[in-house]
Amino acid sequence: MAQTITEKILAFHAGLDTVEPGQLIEAQVDIALANDVTAPIAIAEFGKLGVEKVFDDERVLLIPDHFTPNKDIKSAEQAKILRDFAKKQELKNYFEIGRVGIEHVLLPEKGLVLPGDLIIGADSHTCTYGALGAFATGVGSTDLAAAMATGKVWLKVPETIKVVYHGKLSPWVEGKDLILHTIGILKVDGALYQALEMMGETIESLPMYGRMSMANMAIEAGAKNGIIAPDEITLDYVRSRAQRDYTLFASDADAVYHKTIDIDVSKIRPQVAYPPLPDKSRSVDLAAADKIAIDQVVIGSCTNGRIEDFRLAASLLKGKKAAPYMRLLIIPGTQDVYRQMIKEGLTDIFLDAEALISPPTCGPCLGGHMGVLAAGERAVATTNRNFVGRMGHPESEVYLSNPAVAAASAILGRIATPEEVL
Amino acid sequence: MNTIQGKAWKFGDDVDTDAIIPARYLNTSDPLELAKHCMEDADTGFASKVKNGDIIVAGKNFGCGSSREHAPMSIKAAGVACVIAPTFARIFYRNAFNTGLLILESGEAAKAIEAGHEVAVNPADGTIDDLTSGQQYKAQPVPEFMRKLLDDGGLIEHWRKRLA
Repeated sequence: MAQTITEKILAFHAGLDTVEPGQLIEAQVDIALANDVTAPIAIAEFGKLGVEKVFDDERVLLIPDHFTPNKDIKSAEQAKILRDFAKKQELKNYFEIGRVGIEHVLLPEKGLVLPGDLIIGADSHTCTYGALGAFATGVGSTDLAAAMATGKVWLKVPETIKVVYHGKLSPWVEGKDLILHTIGILKVDGALYQALEMMGETIESLPMYGRMSMANMAIEAGAKNGIIAPDEITLDYVRSRAQRDYTLFASDADAVYHKTIDIDVSKIRPQVAYPPLPDKSRSVDLAAADKIAIDQVVIGSCTNGRIEDFRLAASLLKGKKAAPYMRLLIIPGTQDVYRQMIKEGLTDIFLDAEALISPPTCGPCLGGHMGVLAAGERAVATTNRNFVGRMGHPESEVYLSNPAVAAASAILGRIATPEEVL
Repeated sequence: MNTIQGKAWKFGDDVDTDAIIPARYLNTSDPLELAKHCMEDADTGFASKVKNGDIIVAGKNFGCGSSREHAPMSIKAAGVACVIAPTFARIFYRNAFNTGLLILESGEAAKAIEAGHEVAVNPADGTIDDLTSGQQYKAQPVPEFMRKLLDDGGLIEHWRKRLA
């Protein structure tokens, strides 16, 4: 029976030859992860199971990245629960301050998530790892607790929506723009309960960082997982990082899809998603014409916190300054990204532009800390959500974009096209 | 489970988890703390207005966004007995079952029931009665597999029994 890549990975982990959409399976997980917001509940639920040890001390990952460095006493108490549990369980992959990064930037970088894996994470953007050709999906803390103890998770096999991208990308158009455009077509529940498989000639030449931006935001269309079949680009990224074996899966040519969406990318301009939903995307040219004044720009996050994202932002910020009263925040995704920024002189460009460089953290993306907005303020952010109150006060607003649009907007103090600052 | 009866509170489409429980309050996982801020960014003061046993009636894709289990926890701890919507975001759907928050899928009921109506819900068969209008609706049946989990007392209890 012909199968999609998602079906093949699920069947493999359920010990079955084939699976079909709608089928319920109990699958073995390769990786189960949680952060400082979700792990405390998972650890409490784990405690109710009557199990001494986690199923595998190398495959249960704790990444305190949301409210770290601890923003207040309550956050410090939450983070301590992770630390204490990691010590007691002798977890090999707990990341303390100084080693930690934004989880979905950190784990691919460290080679801890790999092609063919089945990964569940108590974080909705766990779907990022689909960019490596893995099945990765977000779950709540209780589902995660059960997986921490047993290494198993129940899943309903999703139908798959195929999105085929063809044509050549225009200047300044990134993976981020492709996914914002796609969510604009699908809407925020257009892929509810379904897999989103992204392919086509444009994807075949898209670098890993762009693919990760795309898979990262599959959840913003309601998808269970986003996935891109592994190829030479994937292997180039994975080979030097992988700490264990991995398996490559690909969809059969005659696999059955719920539907197919065809997108000619040559017509796509950089996108800006207006508040309060990620599907309110439109061309940056329309957004720039709206003359939307902004107070803050955030460049970073699990969507756009990789070195290539900062190279892109720096290419526009070089020799320029953030607009008066503009708060420009640069948040490298990991310590390695931070170090690389220094090596390449990007930090100097950002400091010269009067940006603030933050340690790796989810921070302002979820209105946690390190750049929260006041009532009436507006931000352009390379993050993934622009819900009401997402970055702070419920009367503040977030516009989502790629790093080039964000950099241009920081320079001009309003939503701007990259071409305006060349 | 006994029949639930309470006042309906209406919300729109795509109510996201940041509206249900803003991330600024996620530095705790204490249900009672979370309950104080339930639905705060969708309806300020909801937590103090809602009464024990009341029912949320919302539009499509309720609970979209984050995986935070704090969302169904805060709704349940605020006293809400049931959420009725045409569809739920998938992580929220699982989390609701795992935290014991009753959720029912019914496009008809979600559309027709008005704010302030007195609504009765029978969790056993998914019957929804709008006592104010006199209309009755039938929710989508709970999938067999999830019903078994519920019968076991939830996912953790299910595994505790299997692992014992």
